[in-house]
Amino acid sequence: MLIKKGAEACLFLEDWQSRKVIMKRRLPKKYRLPEIDEKIRTNRTIRESQLLHYAKEAGVPTPTIFMVDLADSNIIMEFIEGEQLKQVLPASTPEKRRHLNRRIGEFIGSLHNNEIVHGDLTTSNIIFTSRNKLIFIDFGLGEKTTDLELRGVDLHLMKRAFQSTHSRIAEECFNDVLEGYIKAVGDNPAKNVLEKIDEIERRGRYVSERRKTKNDKEVLNNNSFIHA
Amino acid sequence: MGGIHPREAARHHAKVAGDTISRAFQEAGIKPKDATIIAFSQGPGLGPCLRAGATAARTLSTYLNIPLVGVNHCVAHIEIGKLVTDAKDPITLYVSGGNSIVSAFDAGRYRIFGETLDIAIGNSIDVFAREAGLHQQKGLPFGAIVERLAKEGKELVHLPYSVKGMDLSFSGLLTAVVRLLKNGKHSLEDLCYSLQETAFSMLTEVTERALAHTEKKEVLLTGGVGANKRLQAMLATIADEHESRFCVVPKQYALDNGAMIAWAGILAYKQGITTPVEESFVRLKWRLEDVKALWVEP
Ligand SMILES: Nc1ncnc2c1ncn2[C@@H]1O[C@H](COP(=O)(O)OP(=O)(O)OP(=O)(O)O)[C@@H](O)[C@H]1O
Ligand SMILES: Nc1ncnc2c1ncn2[C@@H]1O[C@H](COP(=O)(O)OP(=O)(O)OP(=O)(O)O)[C@@H](O)[C@H]1O
Repeated sequence: MLIKKGAEACLFLEDWQSRKVIMKRRLPKKYRLPEIDEKIRTNRTIRESQLLHYAKEAGVPTPTIFMVDLADSNIIMEFIEGEQLKQVLPASTPEKRRHLNRRIGEFIGSLHNNEIVHGDLTTSNIIFTSRNKLIFIDFGLGEKTTDLELRGVDLHLMKRAFQSTHSRIAEECFNDVLEGYIKAVGDNPAKNVLEKIDEIERRGRYVSERRKTKNDKEVLNNNSFIHA
Repeated sequence: MGGIHPREAARHHAKVAGDTISRAFQEAGIKPKDATIIAFSQGPGLGPCLRAGATAARTLSTYLNIPLVGVNHCVAHIEIGKLVTDAKDPITLYVSGGNSIVSAFDAGRYRIFGETLDIAIGNSIDVFAREAGLHQQKGLPFGAIVERLAKEGKELVHLPYSVKGMDLSFSGLLTAVVRLLKNGKHSLEDLCYSLQETAFSMLTEVTERALAHTEKKEVLLTGGVGANKRLQAMLATIADEHESRFCVVPKQYALDNGAMIAWAGILAYKQGITTPVEESFVRLKWRLEDVKALWVEP
């Protein structure tokens, strides 16, 4: 039974060997060339299945994987019964929110301590179960890396997810996540990541920081002036 | 368009400001005393250029004794796009030399769902083209030349495809494609083709994610890179799949233009928003999300 049509994948809830499982199938995208499309779907399926594994080993709860079918870009994994963090946060008391967010920060810290970046941290990609556990899903954009930039991006994405979906409580949520994160990775490593987040956010993503070539002697025609 | 020194551009702005303004009045068929407000681009952008514009605007507003309205450049792109395509509440992909932004209206503001984490798509194309020794001319920007060459490309060369959440990174892609160019093993046509296919797939992917997330019913494409037919086709595909209407802003209003600043100024002014002279300093990194879009109906 189709339970969700995400932007990337279709999720089916199925009975498989007498358990309830989720089948996550990455469907071909018509807008991309088949060569690009196949490569992306295969890569992400591999990454996701590996990282779900690594994360679990790092002490971060994730669904157990039962089967991976690369030909079909299909992962069969444990069905997690619960609600998305997106639904839980606004409905929680400030105390519970604070507790959850600190826990999330600690988990993100554990991922980073174990050289994993998630790559798509949002409040839809964390499930809160009926037994009060937090489970991380959707590692398809993740990486095994120690790159500081990517750690910064990870937290920056989390912050943006709070801002765009829970603008009223965004600041408090993110501060609590940071508190947990600092606790998990330690003051100094955390400081480096925090500086990176600042840098990412300050970065002139606008006109001011265009990359240029070395011998830049462009003809100054009218056209370029008007749009400069 | 990259590569122009901001100071030179500003000098040019200052030099042509007077003529441009009087020509605008002429073409519009009105007299300066008929104007109600002076709207100007207050940011984001290059300091010297913005300052040249702001100075001209302050002069006019003081001289005519009418209010100033400082406009956010990105807001202006979106608003003029909505006006000319009759879009009501779109997901906007704004792609130019300096910007690559996926945005939609939510809770009083245009929110940024995704954007580049390093350089803009137009800038990437321009740097590549310049490295390849291409020359742009008036009416034929680098992006259009690369588009033409890409049509002759046959073989896809795999390049880094970098999507992070709904954000993008083009710098790894650019470095890789320039390196391939220098080692000379692939034709320029194939590289243009591969650059376009990879970069535009990334842009389309994040736009689709935002579309799925927000369930908006329109997709609006604007900015100079939006002129690209291949990018248009990709976006049309996802719009269609999500039963949304696809709107492309015509070039005249998709590139930087004065009309968009005027229009965004009018929208703000009708809500009683004006900019006192002492607050009319330019804002180089003014974020789209920092603007309260009071004129948009929720
Ligand atoms: N193992 C699971 N158990 C229960 N629910 C799940 C599981 N995996 C995914 N889901 C549900 O399906 C939704 C989409 O899953 P996922 O994020 O993996 O797909 P996606 O296509 O990458 O989504 P998107 O790109 O839209 O974020 C999740 O937000 C969650 O609600
Ligand atoms: N057909 C095309 N395909 C791809 N790119 C194109 C095409 N035509 C123009 N471009 C690119 O569009 C960019 C210029 O667009 P525009 O004038 O909107 O940008 P800008 O002056 O940098 O503005 P902004 O300040 O909004 O960033 C250049 O990078 C140019 O190469």
